[in-house]
This record gives sequence, structure tokens and C-alpha cells, in this order.
Amino acid sequence: MFHHLRQSFLMLLFLTVITGVLYPLAVTGAAKTLFPRKAEGSLEVRDGVVVGSTLIGQAFDDPRYFWGRPSATTPPCNGAASSGSNLGPTNPALKEAVEKRIAALRASDPENPDPIPIDLVTASASGLDPHITPAGALWQVRRIARDRHLAEDVMRKLVDDHVEGRDLGILGEPRVNVLRLNLALDATR
Amino acid sequence: MNALGWFQILLYLAVLVALVKPLGGYMARVYQGEPCGLDRVLGPVERILYRLCGVKSGVESDWKQYTLAMLAFNLLGLVVVYALQRFQSVLPLNPEHLGAVSPDSSFNTAVSFATNTNWQGYGGESTMSYLTQMLALTVQNFVSAATGMAVLVAIIRGFARKSVEAIGNFWVDLVRSTLYVLLPLSFVLAVVLASQGVVQTFGSYAHAKLVDPGVDADGKPVAEQVIALGPAASQIAIKQLGTNGGGFFNVNSAHPLENPTPTSNFLELLSILVISAALCFTFGRMVRDTRQGWALLAAMLVLFVPLVVATAAAEHSGNPMFATLGVDAKTSDLQAGGNMEGKEVRFGIANSVLWADATTAASNGSVNAMHDSFTPLGGLVPMWLIQLGEVVFGGVGSGLYGMLAFAIVAVFVAGLMVGRTPEYLGKKIEAFEMKMASIAILGPCIAVLFGAAVAVVADAGKAGVANPGSHGFSEILYAFSSCGNNNGSAFAGLSANTPFYNLALGLAMLIARYVPAVAMLAIAGSLARKKLVPEGPGTLPTHGPLFVALLVGVVLLVGALTFLPGLALGPIVEHLQMTR
Repeated sequence: MFHHLRQSFLMLLFLTVITGVLYPLAVTGAAKTLFPRKAEGSLEVRDGVVVGSTLIGQAFDDPRYFWGRPSATTPPCNGAASSGSNLGPTNPALKEAVEKRIAALRASDPENPDPIPIDLVTASASGLDPHITPAGALWQVRRIARDRHLAEDVMRKLVDDHVEGRDLGILGEPRVNVLRLNLALDATR
Repeated sequence: MNALGWFQILLYLAVLVALVKPLGGYMARVYQGEPCGLDRVLGPVERILYRLCGVKSGVESDWKQYTLAMLAFNLLGLVVVYALQRFQSVLPLNPEHLGAVSPDSSFNTAVSFATNTNWQGYGGESTMSYLTQMLALTVQNFVSAATGMAVLVAIIRGFARKSVEAIGNFWVDLVRSTLYVLLPLSFVLAVVLASQGVVQTFGSYAHAKLVDPGVDADGKPVAEQVIALGPAASQIAIKQLGTNGGGFFNVNSAHPLENPTPTSNFLELLSILVISAALCFTFGRMVRDTRQGWALLAAMLVLFVPLVVATAAAEHSGNPMFATLGVDAKTSDLQAGGNMEGKEVRFGIANSVLWADATTAASNGSVNAMHDSFTPLGGLVPMWLIQLGEVVFGGVGSGLYGMLAFAIVAVFVAGLMVGRTPEYLGKKIEAFEMKMASIAILGPCIAVLFGAAVAVVADAGKAGVANPGSHGFSEILYAFSSCGNNNGSAFAGLSANTPFYNLALGLAMLIARYVPAVAMLAIAGSLARKKLVPEGPGTLPTHGPLFVALLVGVVLLVGALTFLPGLALGPIVEHLQMTR
């Protein structure tokens, strides 16, 4: 057994050097050379200030912005402590949370007759989902056009321009990046 | 779910099956010591490693020495992971100054990563320093996967050889798995993932000035978002390929910096099953009859595909509690619809469901959606896939040797029917092999049922439950199923980072990993000593549809008889309550 332990120790030591040190360093070197912005977290910089990551959802609750997915982290969209709600499908707390979100969305645009897309009232898996569905963005167009005194058509076109299709036309789901959309919104006059 | 959703699932299966032969053939060359291409580059590294460690690569050992080497190496790994967590606060590469991890949590995580389970009682970005993630977790991701593959290869040699004691050299199998299979695949995958936006940096967390500052629950202003970063891509590549599953961030592959696009999702998803599926072909090659490997793969697919369809249907139908609230959960060109609680928009239903089933069929355990928030039947399927013993693909290596245990039981059952001594691959299956196969299959079952039973009676067990009613029971059953089969995924509402759960689940993981591995190695030792019996008219062919059906039947029967009563109390009751 002692013989095995001695070999285990040496083997673990050298495999640690290869897989635990050289391998991550090689990946870091390759990633930083080939994809410098993405390796650093896809940070979005405006006027020299980091305003977020295009991959990390940000909390928006001003009615003049598009709102993202509800987030179960504290505070919402906490980029340092990701978490889903983990509420079970029959948990009364889930229904309560959804009803509260519906009430807030309805209050923000009382005359909107359309049913609310499901992604706007359910918490994302990560609490950091950067996207909403095109349906979720279009539902909010009326409110934002009204509060920003812009034509609904202009808003709708802005959303359309920000719809990211399925990868290769096949993979995943169509989606809208909320941070990108809102930054474009601020740039719209 | 629309046609494109189903098409994505089909495409996935097609690409997976297409990769089986090339990768499986490559691995067969690696383990048989034939030229594989990469040996021209990595051969010198391999030889230097053997010289430094005093390994005589030409010398093989019997099953007992092989097992002892494996156990010694795993024990040492466990101790090192424990120590690194306990001392991370005084070690370098800790830019966020994270403190030492508690003793029980460190024990749980050490066991978890050494056993290829990667159950995570902790939150990655708020617990583990970069050094711990690299030297403890990433290293174990490699070597625990390589251990599983090595054990499998030794067991295959037991079937393939005749009248010998030797079944291989553990160190050679371990090193070749790491250097020639896991390392190159991981490097390529990690760089491709980085191209999609998976973060890979040693810098400290980013601070962003919010576009729309708000207030927190206490009314204090929030103007800044802290964004956790780290060397994630390198760890994610191996955690997917090695069926480890332990994420860099708390929410695993649901985190946008861990799995940012549908393309990254497809590749990570493919990596979950590709090695386990390809090992079926490796097996066929090494026993000199590739039809035997295809038969086992066919059995896995026969079990897997219908269960994916069932999960997809359940999640697509959504949550009936919201039906009267004025929300739109219908599938359209503008949204995926369905049950979106705990799911990400970029993945929708199809990719969340496929991932949930792949990660539980394999003993991977990474997640891209929160299983706790699945509909009752949508959550039942992943849980049952785990409970089937992690043999539908299963962990790299361990999945296939688990399936071989079932194959032994299947030929035994067939032998009983016709009153003849059963054979498998030309080897007589006798009392010793049956005993060991039974131990390999029943060990994990006992860990799951006994552990869950203790937890639902003990106050410390009940205290961890997050959701009320039958769903709370499902959380406990899922936790012990997951650890008692080395999966690692969770109904994550359960507060499992407590001394009770850390110890109980740690024990379950140890039983699930080492009882089947040692029992199967014992079978390998016994089979290697046996002579080949020539095929006769009474031999059951083990490469045809009849055997596949028999094997599927045995897996389902054991899984159903052992776990249906438990499932009835959890997800089935909840489904009936929800649809009442």
C-alpha cells in the first residue's frame, strides 16, 4: 500500500502541474489572444466607464426602459451570486410572485389588452438572464413609446433590429438583449 | 414545442451518434497502446511522467493491485482537495479574499469531486478561490474522469483476455486517458467556448455602473453591479467532457458567462454524452466484435429517446396555475412559451429539456435550467434517469461498466429461462460474477433509499426542505438519488450545505463510486482467468435486438421496482395535485 501511495503522490503532483496549472494557463493565453473582450467577461464600456456586461442581465425598473427577466437573486441581477428561485411548480409562493409581477406590469401600462408573455413574469435560471423573448420586448413597446414620447413604430423597429435569431438559423431561441436594447434606446432621439 | 425544437433534439442525437465511431476507435487505439496520432507530440511527456513517478509502463498487474492503486490515488486526491479548501484563505490566487471553507463542506466537496459526482453544496463564485477552483476542482475533474475510464478499460480487458491474471496498469490507463483523450478535447472545447463569450481571466471581479440605478429591499441605493469572473472556460470544458458537472458559478451552465449562446450550449451538451457514448464502440473494438458495443449503445438510446420526449411534453405544457392569470405561454415565432420558471430565454424549452435528460442520463449533473422548478413530470424523468443507476450513457467509464453489470444480469436471466449456464462474450457467468454484479447494482440503490429514509425522519433532514408538500419530499429523494449515483445535479432549493447533508450525502457518494467499481474489477479479475467457451447453438447472441430488449427490460425493471414507490410519493402526487 505504501508503494501505491508514493506513486499516487508523485502522479497527482505531476498531473496537477499539467491539468491544474499548464492547462488553464494555456487556455487563458489562447482565449486572451484570440478573443480578448470575451475572455474578460464581454464588458460594455461607454465614455470610459464599464456600464455592464452584455452577457449579464441588469435590473431595470424605470418604465422608460425595457424590463428584463425577473431575478431571484438579492438584490435582483446580483452578478456576484447567481441563483434561480428554485420554487416548485405547485408552491403557493411561486403563484404569489408571478401575480405580483403581473400586477406591476399591468400597472405600468393599464390599457395594454394583450396577455403578458410568460418570460416577463417567471424568474430565470441564473437570475442573470440577459435576454427577453421578442414577444416580451414587443409587449413593452406601448409603455416605452408613451413615456418617451416616441412613435410606437420607431420603437417596434428598434426591437426588430435587436432581435438575435437562432444560431445558424437552427439552435436556441430568438431573443433580445435587454442591456443592448436599452443603451440603443438612450441613444435614440 | 414547435418543429424547430424537435429538430434541434434530432440534430443533437444525429451528431452524437456520428461521433461514436471516430472517437471510440481513437480511444481503442489509445488504450491498446497503438499509434493514435497524438502520441507523436505527447509521447515524450508520457514517458517522462512514467520515469518521474517510477511507473514501469510495460508491467501489468492483477485486479487486486489495480484496485489498490486506484483507491490509493483517489484517497490522496480527496485529502488534497480537502486541505486546499481549508487553507485557501492563506494561499495565493484569491483576489476576492474568500475565507476557509467549513470542515463538513470541505469533506463533502472533496468526496464529491474525487468521486466524479460534483455535487455542489456551495456557491462557486462566493466560496472558492481561483486557486481552489484550479488545483483542487479542475484537477479532480480530469483525474476522477480518467479513473472511471481506466477502471472501465481494465474491466473490458477482463472480458477480452483469457487464462491470465493481468488486467492492465492503472497508472498507464490513467495517464493515457488524461493526456490523449481528456486534455486535447478539453483544450479545443475551452477555446471554442471562449469564442462564444465564456469568461477566462485571472482578474478580479468587474464593477459596472448601472444604466438604471435602483434601490435594494432596505431602500438603500444600488448604483453598481459586481460581476463575478474567473478562469471558467478551462474548467467548464472538462466538467462537461468528464461527466463531472461541477460549475464554476453557482447556477452552473445556466450562468451566461458559463454558457452564453445556443452554440456554446450545443457543444457543452454534446460533450456531456460524447465520451460515454463513444466508449461503447471502444468496448466493441477491444472485445473484437464491434456489434457488442453497438448493442449496448442501442439499449441506451432506446431508454433515452422516449424519456426526452416525455420531459419535453411536460415542460411544454407549462404550469396550469398560471392559466387564469392573463399570461401568454403559447409557443410562437416570438417566444418558446411553456414552463419558463427557472429557464433561460436563449435555451427555451427544447434545449433545457434535452440538457436535463442528458445530464442525468450521464452522471454529469451540470444544469442549464433549474430542475427544482420543472413541472412534476418534467422533474420526474431526470430523477428516474439518475435512479436507473447512471447506465444510460452514464459517467465516463462508470456508465458503461454499470451497463455491463446489467448485461451480466440480463444474460443470467436469459440463462435461467432456458436452464443453461449463461455466457457473455464467450465467458461463463457463474455465481461469483452474479454476486458481484448484484452488489454493483444494489449498492447505490441502498444508499439512495436508506439515505432518503433517514433524511425524511431526521429533523436535520427536514430542515433543509425549501418547497412545501410532496415537492419537498422530491427535493430530498432527488438529493440522495443524485449523490447515491454520482450525478451531482439537484433540486437546488434544498439547503444541503449543513453538517447533516454534507456528511450523509458524502457517504452516499463514496458508496456509489467505489462499491460498483471494486465489484466490477473483481469480476474482471475472475473473467480474465477463465477460458473462452466456444459459441454453441444454445448461446444467446448478445448483439441482436432480442438481447437489447432483454437488457432494457432488466434496467427498467430494477429501476421501476426500486424507485416507483418513492416517485409516487413525490412527483406523481404533485402532478395529481397540480392538475386536479
